[in-house]
Amino acid sequence: MLVLLADFNVIKPDFGLLFWTTVIFGLFWFLVGRFAFGPIRESLQKRESDIQDALDQAAKAREEMANMKAENEKILAEARAERSQILKEAKESRDAIVNEARDKAKDEAKRIVTNAKSEIENQKKAAMTELKNMTGQMALQIAEKVIKKDLGNDGEQDRLINNLIDDIKLN
Amino acid sequence: MRRFFLCLIYAFAFSIGVSAQDHSHNHDNHSHGHSHQGSSHNHSHDHSNHNHSHDHSGHNHNHDHSGHNHSHDHKHGAHGHDHHGHHAGCGIKHKEFNAGDLAIHHIADANVYSIGPLQLPLPCILYNKELGWKTFMSSKFGIGHHGDGHHAIDGYVLDGGSVKRVKAGQGFPMGELTVNGFNHTEDKEGKFLSQVCYDNKLYDLEPKSTADGGIFGGGITSFYDFSLTKNVVSMILVCFLLGWLFFYCAKQYRNRDGKAPTGVQNLMEVFVTFIRDEVAKPFLGHKWAKFFPFLLCIFFFIVGLNLFGQIPFFGGANATGNLAVTMVLALFAFIITNINGNAHYWKHQLFAPGTPWFVKPILIPVEILGLFIKPLTLMLRLFANITAGHMVIIIFVSFIFIFGKVGTNPAGAYGAAIGSTLLTMFMMAIELIVAFVQAFVFTILTASYIGAAVEEEHH
Repeated sequence: MLVLLADFNVIKPDFGLLFWTTVIFGLFWFLVGRFAFGPIRESLQKRESDIQDALDQAAKAREEMANMKAENEKILAEARAERSQILKEAKESRDAIVNEARDKAKDEAKRIVTNAKSEIENQKKAAMTELKNMTGQMALQIAEKVIKKDLGNDGEQDRLINNLIDDIKLN
Repeated sequence: MRRFFLCLIYAFAFSIGVSAQDHSHNHDNHSHGHSHQGSSHNHSHDHSNHNHSHDHSGHNHNHDHSGHNHSHDHKHGAHGHDHHGHHAGCGIKHKEFNAGDLAIHHIADANVYSIGPLQLPLPCILYNKELGWKTFMSSKFGIGHHGDGHHAIDGYVLDGGSVKRVKAGQGFPMGELTVNGFNHTEDKEGKFLSQVCYDNKLYDLEPKSTADGGIFGGGITSFYDFSLTKNVVSMILVCFLLGWLFFYCAKQYRNRDGKAPTGVQNLMEVFVTFIRDEVAKPFLGHKWAKFFPFLLCIFFFIVGLNLFGQIPFFGGANATGNLAVTMVLALFAFIITNINGNAHYWKHQLFAPGTPWFVKPILIPVEILGLFIKPLTLMLRLFANITAGHMVIIIFVSFIFIFGKVGTNPAGAYGAAIGSTLLTMFMMAIELIVAFVQAFVFTILTASYIGAAVEEEHH
């Protein structure tokens, strides 16, 4: 049989060790627990709440940013809509002005053409009248010359008349 | 890598040291066991007659002993055992190496702090009814091999690093005198008995008073030892280290307010926040802050002592592997739990509401027993884990001695050194985990007990 001939005294709690462990652990708890772990706990709690605050603020800022962005976009969209509206209106008014101007120009042109035509007509009439008058005069003159000239032969007369006519043509 | 080399050096240093240490002070248990049984037959009348003088029986008994020892010595010699029959007087013979004895010797508390070959003396504070308080350094005993004192002081002796006292009524002289050695045997009831040899006579010794009420073989003796033992010194040392560490951390938190933690502060914060988030908050709810410093103290005290006990070459202090230390820690947990217990908790403990009336006579005693079983398990779990770990490591190292046949078989010693180094390394790695796990388990269970005590009623 194996007999351990050594005192297995770790299982026998002796009063000295009980006493000193109580004192040492008690002091450790009182001093380190109170003056080191306490402040560490508070610092950790404080830092945790600081971090939480910072995160909350960041989230809030992000939300605000998002709101602002949405608003900006809204404003931008409105501005864009307004611009296109303005552009559209401008185009419309431009078209209207152009059309009006064109119509006016057309009328004016028509009027000018009409005037020109009537003027031409008048001029033509005047020219015709003058031509008539001149023709008449020339005829008179021719007649006068014919009469004045001796109408000797018929051939001479015809040639004379033709010359006269050619003269008229030349005029 | 460093640990690997440390282990190698540790193992080889031991195997080399073996040859120098054949003068092991331990004694052959077999020879004593036999001789004692023989002598108890001779003195059977002593047993029945309690009034018989102890002095007388001890006297005869010792003479008987020495005779038997001599005969056994010869017998062993004939068997070819290598005994270096170095007689320290009274027929005390150095016995062969016993790994179990070595392990028990190393995990025990001591009045000497031995670091390698150094035997640092520690203050002894002893109390005896007749002598009153006595205070002196343990160097006064003249510490020799394995913490055996060469001197007796007023009946106190140093046996294996531990202060013991010669039983009264044996005629042992007071004052300072030189003793010749110690003998370890069994008494008539088969209990462990130490004897001191003085003037070629063996005197029975009694150990210090212990608080186990005789359950584990201890009990009240003639003296109390309030010395600053190895465990006490290691606890003080660890507490100073932890105190320095955490006061420094607290200072860092104060000075570096609003900045990110760095260095040691950062390292410790990992543990502190782990205990907070995994232990304190889940078990204690919104009341966690009140008990948080206590839980941290428990955790770091245990983990610090566990790790301190594992430093190779540093005396292997075994504070958390001593029942007294774990008992105090469990008592603190017990007291904290029960003084904070609210009405709801006590109602549950004492009246077991919501159970049928016929179950109550069974359940209420169980609940009340549970009050005490909880700290008891805390105490035993930590003690058993740490003690077992220390013993296993020492026994693995002892393989070198066993296979080396205590220095006579160098090939066996070197072969075993390699194997035991690997095993020891493995065990040390496990123990490193156990150091943290046991501290964590102790803390989390304490938190759960406190949590149950402070929990508010929610029905």
